[in-house]
Amino acid sequence: MFSHTVFYFFALLAVASAIMMVTRRNIIHSAVYLITTLLATAGIFLQLDAEFLFVVQIILYVGGIMVLFVFVIMLVNLDVSLRLVQFNHQRFVAGALALILGGQVFIAFRVGRGVLPHPVLRSMSPKNTEAVGDALFTHYMLPFEIASILLLVAMIGAVVMAKRRV
Amino acid sequence: MAPTMISPDYYLMLSLALFTIGVIGVLTRRNVIIILMSIELILNAVNINLVAFSRLWGDVNGQVFAIFIITDAAAEAAVGLGIILAFFRNRETLLADEMDLLKW
Repeated sequence: MFSHTVFYFFALLAVASAIMMVTRRNIIHSAVYLITTLLATAGIFLQLDAEFLFVVQIILYVGGIMVLFVFVIMLVNLDVSLRLVQFNHQRFVAGALALILGGQVFIAFRVGRGVLPHPVLRSMSPKNTEAVGDALFTHYMLPFEIASILLLVAMIGAVVMAKRRV
Repeated sequence: MAPTMISPDYYLMLSLALFTIGVIGVLTRRNVIIILMSIELILNAVNINLVAFSRLWGDVNGQVFAIFIITDAAAEAAVGLGIILAFFRNRETLLADEMDLLKW
């Protein structure tokens, strides 16, 4: 079926480039693979009829946050760091524990399969952006304002942290 | 638009895979920037869940929460990268296991 093909394409792209991101030696390569993962996730959002989030993901994540990452990498990148050991001492224990965590959640999903309601196609509003904006400015007005204050605080904090002399 | 929705199990599994890869990255890598990028990956995996269930219920609330999470990710990345810059200026290193000023 067509929608399954689209899903598998984006899912495999996301997972493969996420694995590449975690294992690469060069940080710039990692950043580019993370961008690929985020774009594939944007495709998943589009498949789930979340057009506004699709655009926000591309503009904000890929265009904003990742550009910030690449700038910082260019500011701090050392050629020496390419020749160092890339994984820490507890890597085997930590990797095994992370896989166990993933396995536990996987088992929980399998056991709890019947709990989820059967997916019926409920009609989404065709005007996705309008619906999101409506919810954001009526029901979620206070969280919206708090988020803007959070952004202001983060902006001031980032400037103070990156300044040479406070 | 697809005539029927893909079962949310698929999205849960995709999200779980991305989350686990992100956790592995946070726990095993030495470079702080890659640790921060793995945290972004984890937040992204959570967003997939929220949007998938938002689609399942035909409701827009999950997407609003995803927007708040993206806002948090932006704030966290800005402050985290500022801290990394300040730290790099003092110690000339990016390795998480050499950040031991408070250890004795």
